[in-house]
Amino acid sequence: MNRFLNFVWKEFLHIVRDYRTLLILFGMPIAQVLLFGFAITNEIKDAKIAILDFAKDNNTQEISNKLLSSGYFLLYENLQSQNDIEPAFRKGIIKEVIIFEPDFGKNIERTGTANVQIVADASDPNFANMLIGYTSSIIMDYQAELSKGKTLPPMINPEIKMRFNPNLKSVFMFVPGLMSVILLLVSALMTSISITKEKELGTMEILLVSPLNPFQIIVGKVIPYLLLALVNSAAVLILSKYVFEVPTVGSLPLLIAECTLFLVTALSLGILISTVSNNQQTAMMISLGALMLPTIILSGYIFPVENMPLPLQLLSNTIPAKWFIRIVKGIMLKGVTFSYIWQETLILAGMTVFFITVSIKKFKIRLE
Amino acid sequence: MEYAVSVKNISKSFDETKAVDDISFDVKHGELFGFIGPDGAGKTTLFRMLTTLLLPGSGSAVVDGFDIVKDYKKIRSSVGYMPGRFSLYQDLSVEENLKFFARVFGTTIEKNYDLIKDIYIMLEPFNKRRAGQLSGGMKQKLALSCALIHRPDVLFLDEPTTGVDPVSRNEFWEMLGKLKNEGITILVSTPYMDEASKCDRIALMQKGKILDIGFLRDIIGKYGKKIYAVRSDNMHKLILDIRSDENTESVYSFGDFLHYTDKHGGIDIERMKNILMSEGHTNLTIQEINPGIEDCFMSLMNK
Repeated sequence: MNRFLNFVWKEFLHIVRDYRTLLILFGMPIAQVLLFGFAITNEIKDAKIAILDFAKDNNTQEISNKLLSSGYFLLYENLQSQNDIEPAFRKGIIKEVIIFEPDFGKNIERTGTANVQIVADASDPNFANMLIGYTSSIIMDYQAELSKGKTLPPMINPEIKMRFNPNLKSVFMFVPGLMSVILLLVSALMTSISITKEKELGTMEILLVSPLNPFQIIVGKVIPYLLLALVNSAAVLILSKYVFEVPTVGSLPLLIAECTLFLVTALSLGILISTVSNNQQTAMMISLGALMLPTIILSGYIFPVENMPLPLQLLSNTIPAKWFIRIVKGIMLKGVTFSYIWQETLILAGMTVFFITVSIKKFKIRLE
Repeated sequence: MEYAVSVKNISKSFDETKAVDDISFDVKHGELFGFIGPDGAGKTTLFRMLTTLLLPGSGSAVVDGFDIVKDYKKIRSSVGYMPGRFSLYQDLSVEENLKFFARVFGTTIEKNYDLIKDIYIMLEPFNKRRAGQLSGGMKQKLALSCALIHRPDVLFLDEPTTGVDPVSRNEFWEMLGKLKNEGITILVSTPYMDEASKCDRIALMQKGKILDIGFLRDIIGKYGKKIYAVRSDNMHKLILDIRSDENTESVYSFGDFLHYTDKHGGIDIERMKNILMSEGHTNLTIQEINPGIEDCFMSLMNK
């Protein structure tokens, strides 16, 4: 045990001595959270919209006021006719047009149902999604207010028009995605590099001609990075909570446990990469090319998996981050318990066992 | 067990190249044994097989009583190995490196301090310095200390003096002498012929084969030819002129002189002088010399 702890201590020294990498490891997640966070949250404030109000009654006035006083939207212009919508979008200033049908208020009174159309500029699908989401929830809010004390609650039907992205999704999803990418990067990339570094510097030769066994070498490499990555995930969680107000609805211990599981998955992937690459550059290329890009693209981090062609959807099942993102979304945003995510957890655990088995089989106890 | 290292008909090929070609030898306990040969002679491959880093293509070897294939784990705990390339952690300090390797072998610096004392005493002033910032000679001393820290029975040193200044090289060999007195069997490889005299026995290696093996004086004693040192003002013309002579067996430059042997087991020095002077050479000297290890090597190589 002393022998093993000694090895872990050595790894810590390597990490601490290489302060540039350390700075990147800790600086990058924070920079990414801030970048992604502000790039998204800043724009949702004061988004310029136009309103085409055919009814001009109390109800439409109240909804408009509610929207504009929310702080998310800024009225750029009032449109007069259907023909104004297209030119208004063309100018590129307004991001959304809200259209109230004629006799909106009267329809609520008489039939209990009224229609409002929300048209969003979908050239930036994520942003459009977010606008729609905000708008509809404000309208729903208003509907709830109207319903108070009424036996027959009125219905306001928001009709959404978007050309590219029919799914209405919350964009705060970037936190789970970002977490998985960071954990994957720190764990897989750094472990694979640190093992191949020993090969490249020739120190692996000395380590092999010593009583250390492969298991001790591998786990000794993994532990410092595991701790480092846990600190990183904590940083992301704290930032997202206090800077962007993305709360963790579900159980924090469960979230941490799932994070640790995913870390082990990523670390075992890193070890697998290191067993097949002989130098740091190869390890980095494999980690970035074969791991990072598919993770970012196929995991649902940036592009919704549901919109992809079927072959890519099937391929995305092999990406560990996809399952992890589902888990984190569930716990953080929906507050689900373990019984809802046990399948994803099982898949991750299975992948981990697979990676570790292959790496131990492939670990070279000799130089050839 | 009779020998510290016993090698039987060991071979190793990489693709088509035979790096080590059917080598056999024995090293006694407490012996300082040198492998001497140029780059590509197969020294590193041989050492890697004996330290269990490579599997032999064929043949077998026993190190410290253990088979290099079957008992590789036992060998790994009982031998010391210093690879040809400086292979310590450059970002760790002198002390941290030494401590790390001591603990890897389940021991402490204090326990084996007397063994490394003479070497380590020169390093101690730089205890806190990163290994990467040490001079070449200091790096070698640290690497040796690390390889010794668990008091190995057999020590493998792969070209420890390559790229080290002459003064440090001398110091290094002195240290090996002291370790030998501690009863450690040492196998060392080197491309420098002049280091042969520091070893108990040597093996001359070339292209994966051992050309000759034994005590230095015996190898030289077997030379059995007369050899002459020749020089003149125009060395380039001299070597061309001698090479074109039909009586010449071999001629090659060695330092300021040419070393020359003939086909008939000796020459008339005055007669050769006259011939060369008639070809226009000035300040000519020719003298018979005692053969050195280099001459033996050249002669064995050409056989």
